[in-house]
Amino acid sequence: MPDAPGLELIRGEIDRDYPGAVLATSFDRAQAALIVDPERVLEVLRWLAEQPGHRYDFLSSLHAADYLPAEPRFAVHYELINRDRVERIRVKAMLGGGRPAGPVTAGDPPSPATAQGMVPPTAPPPGETEEELPEIDSCVELFPTAHAQEREVFDFFGIVFRGHPNLTRILMPDDYVGWPQRRDFPIGGEPVTFTYSERSYD
Amino acid sequence: MTDGAGIDASGASASPAGDVVGGTAPCAVAGGGGSPAAAGPAGHSVPDLDREIMTINIGPHHPATHGVLRLVVDLEGEMVREVRPVIGYVHTGIEKSCEDKSYWKVIPFVERMDYVSYFFQMEAFCGAVERLIDLEIPPRARYLRTLFLELNRIHSHLVWLGTTALDLGAISMLWYCFRERDKILDLFEMATGQRMHTRYFQVGGVIEDIPLGFEAKCRAFAEEMPIRVGQYQDLLDRNEVFLSRTKGTGIVSRERLLELGVTGPLLRAAGDPWDLRKAFDYLVYPELDFKIPVGTVGDNYDRYRVRVAEMVESASIVRQCLDALPDGPFIADDRKYVLPPRSELSTSMESLIHHFKLVTEGYRVPPGEVYYSIEGPRGELGCFVLADGSAKPARVHFRDPSFVNLQSFRDMAVGGYVADMIASLGMLDPILGGVDR
Repeated sequence: MPDAPGLELIRGEIDRDYPGAVLATSFDRAQAALIVDPERVLEVLRWLAEQPGHRYDFLSSLHAADYLPAEPRFAVHYELINRDRVERIRVKAMLGGGRPAGPVTAGDPPSPATAQGMVPPTAPPPGETEEELPEIDSCVELFPTAHAQEREVFDFFGIVFRGHPNLTRILMPDDYVGWPQRRDFPIGGEPVTFTYSERSYD
Repeated sequence: MTDGAGIDASGASASPAGDVVGGTAPCAVAGGGGSPAAAGPAGHSVPDLDREIMTINIGPHHPATHGVLRLVVDLEGEMVREVRPVIGYVHTGIEKSCEDKSYWKVIPFVERMDYVSYFFQMEAFCGAVERLIDLEIPPRARYLRTLFLELNRIHSHLVWLGTTALDLGAISMLWYCFRERDKILDLFEMATGQRMHTRYFQVGGVIEDIPLGFEAKCRAFAEEMPIRVGQYQDLLDRNEVFLSRTKGTGIVSRERLLELGVTGPLLRAAGDPWDLRKAFDYLVYPELDFKIPVGTVGDNYDRYRVRVAEMVESASIVRQCLDALPDGPFIADDRKYVLPPRSELSTSMESLIHHFKLVTEGYRVPPGEVYYSIEGPRGELGCFVLADGSAKPARVHFRDPSFVNLQSFRDMAVGGYVADMIASLGMLDPILGGVDR
């Protein structure tokens, strides 16, 4: 881990090259994090990965979290490792958007008919318009390891990674509706349905 | 392997039989595509059999996929031209369910992700929570945890070696490996009461001390294990069938593995001595003397040699932990987070209150987020915990090494024989419970 002053030094260097890309830093429980502008996350990641003397070029994990009711509510976390200096740094891009946290949400408990397994949840609930999904640039070109992990984040949080070569659901079925890891998606009440949801692999 | 997909709410497995690429029969020939068709003598279109690309389905229920993994493979003759792993058949939403459990109830849940390395899952989660609440665990607990982690590593590698050698035709290896695995499970049962999914690690330490007689039995096992590993090597190292299926197959360069985020024995087999036990300080690894085995070319044979050598190193770590095992408490003495001893409940009102609070509501964790990663048997096993100040985690995410490592499977398999692909998959050692979570 870079210590707290080390983190500020890194931030200062990034600020010189990309002013305004880093919004804040956080050093909490001995873990260093850069909070970056989501529109410019690729600049920061590329700088960290390629800057001589730093080279945080191993993306060990990419995951997301939902900070509801905070706003912006989503964050995509990039856990980077500098394998020469054996240091970790976290890059965090906070994303707003999604549906405003109102009383009616994507993950309402299923209606009685659905709960009995009569109606597979293939269509969006009636009266619901096309959902606005939060977006961020994909880092697959910089870190090919992010391919599956960005798909997982999309699958569970509905965060769209612009430029991802194949952004489809990875663990949930292809015709699943809803973003199950969001905090306003309820636990339980999921009907067991058997739908034909296979993609064609021709 | 249980039929997880049948009860999966996803319904992804319920494809109607007779579909073009579906069908539940393993190895169902699915149909050709992309092959140039030549006109036959009678004017019929006859496919060019020399150049035909055939799409084959292996899995999701197939013994060679080591779990509920489906491989859609394009074959040209016996050569693999393309492979698409399809996952999600055993997705059970453990990460989501954890958000509805108080912290101590999450521990048995996460164990069931990667079901052969349960101690590692526990350590990743407990370690993350301990960092969130800034709880120091006593030295004896640190040694005991290390001891059980390394026993678990041997156990995991034994399951890998037995099943992978079985895939390559060496059925006796399965019996030998599972004989030793059973001894490890006996040790687990002796100390924890359970053979698998032990719930032994707790936030603050371990749930109870090792019983009388455990040390001698464990020491005997640690002495025996290197001898057994030598016997496995005698069976396999110069076995012509095994060598021709592993030597020079499934090679992926070190640079490509790093790009793909691959860690663990796969990366070390390609010659990169990257091991989180050495790189980052956790538990008592800095105080122990052990080596990191590495390979040279990174083929399947190197992967086998690296894991086998790791078993010997792990046995040595177990011995060192037993030698250095300090006396003292086995769990931290912080009553806000740790259950009071059972004996105090009948005499101390305060202990009774603490016990009641811990069991009913659980402890509250101050807001914050921590990513804690350890070296699992398959690579970097990371746990991200987001706490919102309540008694339940707001997010638990596991960076599972199998999930990430599986991305390198295409590089291993494409261009080789389908038989080598099975060997590569075995050497990749994915645990689908961990992949799908």
